[in-house]
Amino acid sequence: MAEPKIKYDRHFGQAALEKASVCLLNCGPTGSETIKNLVLGGIGSITVVDGSKVEVGDLGNNFMVDETSLGESKAKCVCAFLQELNDAVKAKFIEEFPEKLIESSPSFFSQFTLVIATQLVEEKMIKIDKICREANVKLVFARSYGLTGLVRVSVKEHPVIESKPDHFLDDLRLNNPWPELKRFVESIDINVSDPVAHKHIPYVVILVKMAEEWAQSHSGTLPLTREEKKAFKDLLRSRMSGFDEDNYKEAVDASFKLFAPRGISLNLMRILNDTCAEIDSNSTDFWVMVAACCNEFVAQEGAGEVPLEGSIPDMTSSTEHYVNLQKVYQSKAEADFLAMEKHVQSLLKNIGRDPSSISKMTIKSFCKNARKLTVCRYQMIEEEFNSPNLSELQKYLTDEEYSMAVGFYILLRAVDRFAANYNCFPGQFDGEMDEDISRLKTLAVSLLSDLGCNGSILTEDLINEICRFGASELHAVATFIGGIASQEVIKLITKQFIPMTGTFVFNGIDHKSQLLLL
Amino acid sequence: MERVTGVNIVPHFCRIEDKPLDFYNDFNIIALGLDSVEARSYINAVACSFLEYDENDNPKEETIKPMVDGGTEGFKGHARVIIPGKTPCFECTIWLFPPQVKFPLCTLAETPRTAAHCIEYAHLIKWDEVHGGKAFDPDDPDQMQWVYKEAVKRAELFGIPGVTYSLTQGVVKNIIPAIASTNAIISAACALETLKIVSGCSKTLSNYLTYNGVEGLHTKVTEFVKDKDCLVCGPGVLIELDTSCTLQKFIEQLEEHPKLHLSKASVTHEGKNLYMQAPPVLEEMTRSNLLLSLFELMGKVPSGTVHATGTSTKNDKKTSGSRKLRVAFKGVNGMTDMDTAGGA
Ligand SMILES: [Zn+2]
Repeated sequence: MAEPKIKYDRHFGQAALEKASVCLLNCGPTGSETIKNLVLGGIGSITVVDGSKVEVGDLGNNFMVDETSLGESKAKCVCAFLQELNDAVKAKFIEEFPEKLIESSPSFFSQFTLVIATQLVEEKMIKIDKICREANVKLVFARSYGLTGLVRVSVKEHPVIESKPDHFLDDLRLNNPWPELKRFVESIDINVSDPVAHKHIPYVVILVKMAEEWAQSHSGTLPLTREEKKAFKDLLRSRMSGFDEDNYKEAVDASFKLFAPRGISLNLMRILNDTCAEIDSNSTDFWVMVAACCNEFVAQEGAGEVPLEGSIPDMTSSTEHYVNLQKVYQSKAEADFLAMEKHVQSLLKNIGRDPSSISKMTIKSFCKNARKLTVCRYQMIEEEFNSPNLSELQKYLTDEEYSMAVGFYILLRAVDRFAANYNCFPGQFDGEMDEDISRLKTLAVSLLSDLGCNGSILTEDLINEICRFGASELHAVATFIGGIASQEVIKLITKQFIPMTGTFVFNGIDHKSQLLLL
Repeated sequence: MERVTGVNIVPHFCRIEDKPLDFYNDFNIIALGLDSVEARSYINAVACSFLEYDENDNPKEETIKPMVDGGTEGFKGHARVIIPGKTPCFECTIWLFPPQVKFPLCTLAETPRTAAHCIEYAHLIKWDEVHGGKAFDPDDPDQMQWVYKEAVKRAELFGIPGVTYSLTQGVVKNIIPAIASTNAIISAACALETLKIVSGCSKTLSNYLTYNGVEGLHTKVTEFVKDKDCLVCGPGVLIELDTSCTLQKFIEQLEEHPKLHLSKASVTHEGKNLYMQAPPVLEEMTRSNLLLSLFELMGKVPSGTVHATGTSTKNDKKTSGSRKLRVAFKGVNGMTDMDTAGGA
């Protein structure tokens, strides 16, 4: 049963994962659970950095250490466990506190594809963020704290070609058919008298043909208003020769695809108009392809459209019609790809690069996904901490759906100030609970007013709750946070699917977790 | 047990249906790591069968068996807490689970039953055997044709009808692989909720968490409402009988009952087997009861609760299910008293 798994992995950007080198800072439960998913997923190499020794407390919340590890280096024990899970992974460990490494050797981090920084306090988060941003190393923060926690991605720019969205309109060009599609449609008699043939005409053919008929009697335009759209659907229904013609029912249901606007979506337009699309020798492959697409292809062969995706959805049809229709779409996609390839090559030459330095595979994937391109950008942690988007913050604080998550967000920052002042986290030592609560409250209120918000908005309950957590790392919470963090890591490394933007704040009390865009 | 001292783990290698109901009643909470609607339905019915209602139709606390359920598909998943009698049970919200599209690989390799199984065999197993290493491209009509033809061969071999080119398309393009990170997230949510129920350390999820990591990250909590007429978690279907009605007649009635459609039912009362369809030993032991009146078998109480386990047919689909039935005997004193006379 191994083959199907390998197959799925390959689909998933296995090569990118195998090439990746990931550094984990701190291997408590949050770090261990994050890296475990990557090891299982076939990551190339990992380096675990942790300076602590395994203590009795670790046995209660970390699956990757056991009694025999007591007193030993935690990084070493976790590393050995991970190696057992997948012997193909190159696993290394460094017995050192990440906080020290951040201070003493910032250049250490530049060797990695990505750094996962777990359980760091605010001050160190800011530092590692600067180091990674400068060295162009991707960074993911993960932190568990009692029943709350957070995950945050920090990368200057992350372009995604294979964004694989769940729901996306098929690229059928029903309202803008190219000559070959028109010719194919014309080759089929939609008024065929044989009832079996009639109910096996694909809806693409029906819609293109009926759109043409409509346009002829409506001075060249397609249905625009609600009434016109309804009239068009009625026209379709009137051509049904029986009740059970699924192809006509599908045509009625799919008519919205005909009514969709032609050309390029606003989202895509934003990317095509991005200043990065003005390329030079430092431009990345992604932006070279964007430039080839918008400056050349859309203006020339595309006639206002990006390259055709080339796949069609399933639809009622005879096998012959369907396969032939697929071929019409496939060959248009192939032609678009060849045109794009030429543009990419000549642009590469213009900027002094090897014209074949972007692989056919990559260009093909770009063409297939051209309508779905996405670019994610992340502000620096320091920026977010010092000057968050105030209006969003205000909104979150007063919105019932968000108030608990944003409360946790603020309090997680406040506990770091607490730790900086008092050398321990609030509630960490039993006897001082009441005092800790009032100290934390003062810190949280001053933090909020520093940011320009009204501090009294945080509830006593939430402050008590954070103190009750006492900086504990619960295994189930760590696994949740680690699951999210590892998933974002995989998206960043494989460049597939869209990573989250903003800070994910986990709410383990009622699971009303939120993404905060600050 | 090696990693965490003090925990006791007992594995049971069998079908969930093979365990007697008592087995499940011994636990405080049931956490579900199941992979099908049918299996969830079954355990849900089992847990709900323990639930008893008082005379005011309020669930009796001590009979509530909480369940924590989770499931994943690719980058999506859900976790939920079911407190039978208080929050919606699996059956109350069965509409949340549209027909499934993924199949276990062993089914494909060994016991194909449907056309889709044949297609997936050709697509997932045969393709790699023959083309070893070459990725399958679902948009290439020639490759799709190849899978279609292999699926037809397989279907002929197994005498399964229904493989068409169009179905091949539909099945092949809908494959949803399991992803380690999604499994970690959902299992963590389930573990956390289970811990919260056991320890009472925090309020629990109320009552359905959905998670989607395809585009960015989305989590949502929905508070679904209980279906007060639910056949599974409600107070039970009331069946009025003559005291002379035999067990055999009763079992026949269950099959014709418009709400139940329960065929080949086995019947238990207060943990006692009245009639068992299987295994053969038990069937033989209980067969003689069929001719006795249910009234007598239930100890001549005016009313009581019995559990019937059998096959229910809904929309041509057969599922094994357990149903709680409130039996009341006509013309016997105290008939309005719906106390189950159970709990002895
Ligand atoms: Zn129910």
